[in-house]
Amino acid sequence: MRPFDYQRPDGLDHAALLERDGGALIAGGTNLLDLMKLQVETPDTLVDINRIGLDELEPTDDGGIRIGALVSNSVCAADPRIRADWPVLSRAILSGASGQLRNKATTGGNLCQRTRCYYFMNIDMPCNKREPGTGCSALNGRNRIHAVLGANENCIATYPGDMAVAMYALDATVEIAGPDKASRSVKIRDFHRLPGDMPQRDNVLEPGEVITGVTLPAPVGGTQLYRKVRERSSYAFALVSIAAVIRMEEGAISHASLAFGSMAHKPWHDPRIDAALTGAKPSDALFDKVADLLLENAEGYGENDFKIPLARRTVKAVLREATGAST
Amino acid sequence: MKLAINGTTRTFDGDPRTTLLDFLRRDCDLTGTKKGCDHGQCGACTVLVNGQRINSCLTLTVMHEDDEITTIEGLGTPQDMHPLQSAFVDHDGYQCGYCTPGQICSAKAMLDEAKAGWPSVVTEDLTAEIDLSGDEIRERMSGNLCRCGAYSNIIDAITDVKEAAR
Repeated sequence: MRPFDYQRPDGLDHAALLERDGGALIAGGTNLLDLMKLQVETPDTLVDINRIGLDELEPTDDGGIRIGALVSNSVCAADPRIRADWPVLSRAILSGASGQLRNKATTGGNLCQRTRCYYFMNIDMPCNKREPGTGCSALNGRNRIHAVLGANENCIATYPGDMAVAMYALDATVEIAGPDKASRSVKIRDFHRLPGDMPQRDNVLEPGEVITGVTLPAPVGGTQLYRKVRERSSYAFALVSIAAVIRMEEGAISHASLAFGSMAHKPWHDPRIDAALTGAKPSDALFDKVADLLLENAEGYGENDFKIPLARRTVKAVLREATGAST
Repeated sequence: MKLAINGTTRTFDGDPRTTLLDFLRRDCDLTGTKKGCDHGQCGACTVLVNGQRINSCLTLTVMHEDDEITTIEGLGTPQDMHPLQSAFVDHDGYQCGYCTPGQICSAKAMLDEAKAGWPSVVTEDLTAEIDLSGDEIRERMSGNLCRCGAYSNIIDAITDVKEAAR
């Protein structure tokens, strides 16, 4: 680990200023400290925001809930309100990492976690995300865990998390504070970026901006599933994951919201999929159409080609289960 | 800054890069806590911070002012073992023993988490009372790896302690 200056800000504004001046925010630290040991991250200043609040879950006026940025993954997943009304979020969080890591990992930090691309984490290899302009080693390298949607020759890394995938399906909003007491809200579906020509930028946060919380809209009920396909049944990242919120009325789908993990540089949400499902009666033909929409521009890079048929089969299985089309 | 380790107040004013794991082993001479992977993947470094289990390799000592840390040495002693320690002995819940302190600290907090009603990904009904089946224990202990493969005996040991606590 490279030496750094450790700072504890006296509040949010102070944290934002320190971050604007090049400090790296640390909350749980489970990803950042790992990357600092590997010298992938080498901040001059570490800004410890653990003692500035932002650690509560509070109901919102419109029946939703606001999850503070420093609420731990464990506390969020176990919260009785989340378990009862937004269970897909509990399921997604609980499918990730281990009990130890979830106790430290936070809501805001989880959103900002970096890719687990082998080349991003190896400072001896070229990587456009870590060192723009050096090239993408994964493109013609080991790329089993890499993206099949929305990638380009600059970067085929995936966003690896689970929590955010459920938040995409739940249409959450990220609340962000900036320096000088500015604040803004960003739909979570617009929070993470595709690589484009700036793969070094994972999300839309600007210097000096700090995530303060994530707001979930009022519960929509229905069946909520998080299906995670991975190499082993626990404590592993997804190869493909799907968060699904499906409500049925009189044999037809009255509400549908799907999001997909570990397939792209961000959790994947395609509004055409939700629109195709909403109002329709469940059928294999409908589920095939959904898979076609999801995968129409999918592209494999060799070792990850399998993700395309895997995603097709997984989305159809999830839709059959969520609509009760078969068991 | 000060923090409490196994009930004893300690002072830390070292390099901020010092992980809690290195502070415990190097500066406090508490070598029960093990360094396995040093990247949060194996769980050998698991300790309790204010009662919660964490990987001590992935946290900085300087971030723990006024926190209460419990290591394996704080759970029990050879003369006065914690029930989990006794159960691991009874069931041969190890071979080389390197992962054992982490397994036991993790199991202690895991039982408390279940008692508090925390679900896991294998919990079928998220709103029902937690029944710690073998599958539940396996899932909840998946952050602790044992290369010797003593898992089935570890599950038996933890199950014994769970049953005794009823």
